[in-house]
Amino acid sequence: MLQIRRDLVDAMVAHARRDHPDEACGVIAGPEGTDRPERFIPMLNAARSPTFYEFDSADLLKLYRDMDAHDEVPVVIYHSHTATEAYPSRTDAKIAAEPDAHYVLISTRDPHEHELRSFRIVDGLITEEPVEVVESYRFAHTGPDDFPEPSAL
Amino acid sequence: MAVTVSIPTILRTHTGGEKSVPAAGATVAEVIDHLEASHGGLKQRLVKDGVLHRFVNIYVNDEDVRFAGGLEAKVADGDNLTILPAVAGGAR
Repeated sequence: MLQIRRDLVDAMVAHARRDHPDEACGVIAGPEGTDRPERFIPMLNAARSPTFYEFDSADLLKLYRDMDAHDEVPVVIYHSHTATEAYPSRTDAKIAAEPDAHYVLISTRDPHEHELRSFRIVDGLITEEPVEVVESYRFAHTGPDDFPEPSAL
Repeated sequence: MAVTVSIPTILRTHTGGEKSVPAAGATVAEVIDHLEASHGGLKQRLVKDGVLHRFVNIYVNDEDVRFAGGLEAKVADGDNLTILPAVAGGAR
């Protein structure tokens, strides 16, 4: 399952709309080991194409060094499809090389309604997963330890 | 030339989980062959038909080797090599 904050979803969709009809792409980094997307990092699509995306190789190095410096990993790798469904293509599955990432696809084929779906892609195998959009991570899970003391309310 | 090679997550199965390994060679090709000798299976993930795999990037320090001669790019003592799979895909 992908649990993700609403503002991050909005940011990805806005990016996809902005770059339409070219495919938009980017990463949402998060602290290693937490599986929590936190830092939105839109990337330039060096291919600037309506049917292909690729991070520029210099940008890619900078990105990974930057994430490394912050002890982050790419929790979400997103890109848009501008005329097809929000499902990984054969090319997407073949090239995907981050087995721990959530691959988010956004389709902007409809000018009014976007589609957003998330997938794991491991060894070329695609598995869809549900997306849970939350207002914040702090209150996403409640339990006895998370409930504030009455006096604090 | 003694160098250090950063290994991306997806290739760490070949290095026993290590994210950084030492290697040697005067060119990127030699470094890869040296890596293959101690971490079998790595080369075929990097090289296809004698050239660098289209969706694998290798950098010597900050430079993408594609701009420095590809597999024949020179490597100096103390250099850091970084291997990063491309992040790419498409509609089809």
